[in-house]
Amino acid sequence: MSRIKEKFNQLESKKETALISYIMAGYPSEKATISAVRGLIQGGSDIIELGFPFSDPIADGPTIQMASTESLNGGTKIDNFFSIVKKIRKESNIPLVLMTYTNILYNQTYLKFISRAKQAGIDGLILPDMAIEESKEYVKAAKKIGMDTIFLVSPNTEKDRLKQIIKSASGFLYMVAVFGTTGVQTKIHKYTLDALKNTKIAAKGKIPVGVGFGVSTEKDVQKYVSSGADAVIVGSANIKIIENTPTNKIQTRIATFTKKLKNKTR
Amino acid sequence: MKIGIPKDGRFGEFGGKYIPETLAPAIEELEKNYLQIRNDKNFKKELGRLLIDYAGRPTPIYFAKNLTKTIGGAKIYLKREDLLHGGAHKINNTLGQALLAKRMGKKRIIAETGAGQHGVATAMACASLGLKAEIYMGYVDTLRQKQNVFRMELLGAKVHAVKSGSKTLKDAINEAMRDWITNVDSTYYLLGSAVGPHPYPLMVRDFQAVIGVEIKKQMKKIPNAVIACVGGGSNAIGTFYPLIDTNAKIIGIEAGGKGVKTKLHSAPLTAGKKGVLHGMMTYLMQDNDGQISKTHSISAGLDYPGVGPEHAYLKDENRVEYKAVTDDEVIDAFLILTRTEGIIPALESAHAIAHAIKISKKMKKTESIVVTLSGRGDKDIDIVKEYLAKNVKNKRKI
Repeated sequence: MSRIKEKFNQLESKKETALISYIMAGYPSEKATISAVRGLIQGGSDIIELGFPFSDPIADGPTIQMASTESLNGGTKIDNFFSIVKKIRKESNIPLVLMTYTNILYNQTYLKFISRAKQAGIDGLILPDMAIEESKEYVKAAKKIGMDTIFLVSPNTEKDRLKQIIKSASGFLYMVAVFGTTGVQTKIHKYTLDALKNTKIAAKGKIPVGVGFGVSTEKDVQKYVSSGADAVIVGSANIKIIENTPTNKIQTRIATFTKKLKNKTR
Repeated sequence: MKIGIPKDGRFGEFGGKYIPETLAPAIEELEKNYLQIRNDKNFKKELGRLLIDYAGRPTPIYFAKNLTKTIGGAKIYLKREDLLHGGAHKINNTLGQALLAKRMGKKRIIAETGAGQHGVATAMACASLGLKAEIYMGYVDTLRQKQNVFRMELLGAKVHAVKSGSKTLKDAINEAMRDWITNVDSTYYLLGSAVGPHPYPLMVRDFQAVIGVEIKKQMKKIPNAVIACVGGGSNAIGTFYPLIDTNAKIIGIEAGGKGVKTKLHSAPLTAGKKGVLHGMMTYLMQDNDGQISKTHSISAGLDYPGVGPEHAYLKDENRVEYKAVTDDEVIDAFLILTRTEGIIPALESAHAIAHAIKISKKMKKTESIVVTLSGRGDKDIDIVKEYLAKNVKNKRKI
């Protein structure tokens, strides 16, 4: 059983919703990333999503774009990324998900990249520009290696398409809460809650549904938890804390923030 | 080898639709609507009328007698897209897509632009069809193409200067895509080159194919060679596509910048590697990690790390030869054409001229070359002036 699946099973037996926390690897430094991860674990995050920067992140809003650029400018390479992952793995068994863009995998071939990721300790992949139509080779490679393929669904994804995506997805489904890029803060729309309901119905309990994009406060978390989400995903809010915190205080501040959010999922 | 409607949006292995899920319904809707109007007589009639009365089609084929004499080789003909309304081939596509957008009931149009030619052509088409236009342009490009920024504004478009990434064309596309993701219901994304997710490469090619169709009609016999510049590759694919099944030698010219052996160029077909960007699989300039490289070209319109998937396919099929010329060669060609023919070409188009000059020398005088002069060079005169001031050794200095 994959670490992600095992985690969701544990949470289900405790009637808890998963808190998935995103940070950008190498932003602003490798040291800061390690501190942030420790803070997330300490604060009770259930799954950690590590971003690997891409030069052209079309699905990301200003906060994560900035973090990507800074990370790349700081010299983050795939080799450093995997060494960060290995360091985390020495300290923790927490499920780790890698979020990046298709070209990063394509460049090395799906099979080669995914096996390296697996070896380093990554459990699942999120590629926001990997459409289901183009995913055959990617999903095949991931299955072969035992890597979860986490697909995005949107409030405007139609029923048949949703079914098709669910067939190829493993780990969890990542439901994009808003029409927009990451980190855009708005009120919680009715269309999002409707979409969550429909996605849950389509998933038939076979795969957990997480909600992300624009989820940043305790109130947001609470709302999605009470609306039946199996997981809530918080990203840009963590990046903002890291942006405004000296490296030696990142662990504590991230832990404090994460703890507050996690409390709303119990 | 000639692909009409690409199956699954693929030209061979290239193309596809690598898009965020939020765009999937919009792309599907676009594809459905486009395939419907593609064969719609009324649509064709309406667009045809606009191309004639508004844009100024057909454009002439001009025998560049003086240039030919100066070079002393094959006869060089120019397909005068520079004479179109707005001064570039871009209007062929913007009228087509704006008309489609209107039929789809979309009121807000967004577009990206490099040199500003596509932005201007979008602003014109939108003004004439009563649509609202917002244009994304890299901050660096807004500085080097100030005149076009003001033209767009005069035409009623809102121009957003994009300050993310390398602040050029690719970042303008990123930002336009983010806008589209955010306003997917109300907004039509009017892409200007033969790039992006399916059906854009198909659509842009179809709307630009009028160039090649006219060349075939206007030339008494099929030319020995056909040349066009390639950034994203819209004027080139429009020129090439109708000539693919003839025996003409077809050559696409990329921006060699300071040389393809340096990193300062925009020539993915000549020196790139396969990858995925902006919704398509194609040749890209990228580093060993798959990060997209910074590009360089003296012409903002060619300053792009990718290329339309149909070009990638035609390269791998060996049907089209892709070469690069350097900034220096481009300036030289710009000056030669200006002096000998009294035609100031866009720096983009001057790439194609530069290669025509190179090969015509080696061809027989009875042979012919058609060069697509994709745009006029008024927008570039400041860049040329600055270049000449810095490179006083240029033998054709003023």
